[in-house]
Amino acid sequence: MVSKTPLLDELKKGPWPGFVQEYEKMAAKKEIAKRMLNQLELSYRDKRTYWKHGGAVTVKGYGGGVIGRYSAIPEVGPPAGCHTFRVAQPAAWFYKTDALRTVCDVWEKYGSGLMNLHGSTGDIILLGAPSEVLQQCFDELSSKGFDLGGSGSDIRSLSCCMGPALCEWSCFDTLDVYHTLTMEFQDWIHRPAFPYKFKIKISGCPNDCVASLARADLAIIGTWRDEIQIDQEAVREYAKAGVDIKAITERCPTRCMEWDGKELKINNEDCTRCMYCINKMPKALRPGKERGATILLGGKATILQTAMLGWVIVPFMKIEKPYTELIDLIKRIVTWWDENARTRERVAELIYRVGMRVFLKAVGLPAVPQMVFRPRNNPYYFWAPEELEEVK
Amino acid sequence: MPIMIGPPHYEQMLHPVIKKNYGKWLYHEHVKPGVIKHVSETGDEVYTVRAAIPKIISVDFVRMLCDIADRYSDGYVKFTSRHAVEFIITDKNKIDPLIKELESKGMPVGGTGKSYKPIVHTIGWNHCHTAVIDAPGLAKAISDGLFEYFKRNDLPAKLKIAIACCLNMCGAVHCSDIAIVGMHRKPPVVDDEIVAKFCEIPTTVASCPTLAIKPKVLPDGKRSVEINPERCMYCGNCYTVCPGLNIINPKYDCLSLWVGGKVPNARSPPMYSRLVIPYLPNNPPRWPETVEAIKKIVKAWIENAREDERIGEWIERIGWEKFFKITGIPFTDKHIDDFIFSIRDFRTTTQFKF
Repeated sequence: MVSKTPLLDELKKGPWPGFVQEYEKMAAKKEIAKRMLNQLELSYRDKRTYWKHGGAVTVKGYGGGVIGRYSAIPEVGPPAGCHTFRVAQPAAWFYKTDALRTVCDVWEKYGSGLMNLHGSTGDIILLGAPSEVLQQCFDELSSKGFDLGGSGSDIRSLSCCMGPALCEWSCFDTLDVYHTLTMEFQDWIHRPAFPYKFKIKISGCPNDCVASLARADLAIIGTWRDEIQIDQEAVREYAKAGVDIKAITERCPTRCMEWDGKELKINNEDCTRCMYCINKMPKALRPGKERGATILLGGKATILQTAMLGWVIVPFMKIEKPYTELIDLIKRIVTWWDENARTRERVAELIYRVGMRVFLKAVGLPAVPQMVFRPRNNPYYFWAPEELEEVK
Repeated sequence: MPIMIGPPHYEQMLHPVIKKNYGKWLYHEHVKPGVIKHVSETGDEVYTVRAAIPKIISVDFVRMLCDIADRYSDGYVKFTSRHAVEFIITDKNKIDPLIKELESKGMPVGGTGKSYKPIVHTIGWNHCHTAVIDAPGLAKAISDGLFEYFKRNDLPAKLKIAIACCLNMCGAVHCSDIAIVGMHRKPPVVDDEIVAKFCEIPTTVASCPTLAIKPKVLPDGKRSVEINPERCMYCGNCYTVCPGLNIINPKYDCLSLWVGGKVPNARSPPMYSRLVIPYLPNNPPRWPETVEAIKKIVKAWIENAREDERIGEWIERIGWEKFFKITGIPFTDKHIDDFIFSIRDFRTTTQFKF
């Protein structure tokens, strides 16, 4: 039999796991999956997408969480809508298999049976549900314990690293912060009412395994402000096993370490907590004991003005239950952004437009040297009238 | 039907050994490619076994993962931020049989330590209306090409690649060792009828970062817009807000390659990816030119970088002028930024290499 998808068949070759075989499994059972596959083959032939703009598609009580998707060639592709569900993932993507099977069963019943574990933002992505089943599919997912994630101009689904569940470097409980913030912001996640998207990501240490600094408007990154914990015996064991400790101290970005063959000395005053030496010698070195997080604001991809990395706005905050200080700060930031941003303006672009000075005053944060690499080099700074009054 | 219940609570999803040792882990070590050992202060030891899976999977595939997890990891399974699957094993005798089973089912085990990691990418022609390229297919082709680096721990450092199908960059590729972005090269084509019917004119005009869009009134009184082609930089933001401004143009659309970004703070601070190749042909199903370009850059990095240098750290040490020399990639006027934040990259010293 001649294959209907000769171009996609090329992607079945090679050692890396391929997705075309996954389509084929579902195409054998589900018409919508077959049509998605056939449409994709035409995209490969014509070098273009055949999906159209979505339009407003959702379920009762929600504004976000479902992304509308229609085929531009319904004679080949799915004729009656082929929408995406974003389903909120449990913290750090840990699953009991019965929970995952539940999602699979519901999804096979109503949709294409094709999915991502997970989307770039972190949600479970269910790809391809016809319009008429959206409400039923959601009802069944929600009655079995799963809820939608964010989409559109709302607080998007948060994500976090595996933190204390499986990593010794986590400076606070990333999973609990993820879950607490997600529950606190349910209304903001499900009801798009903001100028644009707002992303929050949570990493337990400066290694930032969920790339929060690059990918989240608000990044919460674990850190400490006392001394790196050293087990000198374990350092010597690394040396005995052939690890070049001297080379590690020379690669330290602040050169705050010394190794004399017997003892590792760290000048913690000069350490910038980059994690490099800890990454190299996890048995011997650990983050300090006075732990918390650095809060950074503004990370985003290019659209519109440029890609941004998060900027330090709070050098150190204790992150302890019930996280009142953190939640209050996020609420002040989001509310200020909501009230001041233009349509499709992310918080970084708003701050760039109006100035950090205006932002800091509005949300009540003090200016501190940790916020900048170096002070300004132009003389165009402003004085508020109340700052001048004392002159009289 | 309950609404706004939020995600399932994580405590329901944690293996008993994870719950018992929550916050008590002492250290971890790399056992072999794809296997990490975690040791707790309680004396417990667990092993993580990591395998690559396709980005788009069927429910049957997920059920197969569940079956494997039921047999090897007590019915628990987890996923990583780079979309790999991980099984947490308490009995180390199960590691090798698990690896054998995963590989026999097409899931290679690796991607830990100093290795090639699974690509983070967007959904492409599979399910998106603005995709220029098909990230899932391209990711498969690149991963086949770099497969030898996945089951290793001896690269200079980690190697992370990301793909975004268009400038919207849902894959947030701007801080990856190597990034591919699908690009347009022509302004959108205005379809007056669709603009008049579906688009809000002020929003569409305001969506343009270079002020290239102006409103216009058609002879029949309907409202549309016109685009100044001199100003348009093909970002596609207007197409996102207005379906009447089609920017997709298969004849001219292409790929671009970016290099040297990183996210972790370890050693050097996070860095942006930088433009290295402004044009690569959009050549499905396997994009051979792009795969070859990436292999060449990776090879140059492996041959020239010092221990623990990510690609960006290596290039910053030797200088970008030297990177272009070593790789033989031509440097053009497109490499010099001419948008609003450009001058931060201009060289303001006589110190450079020839």
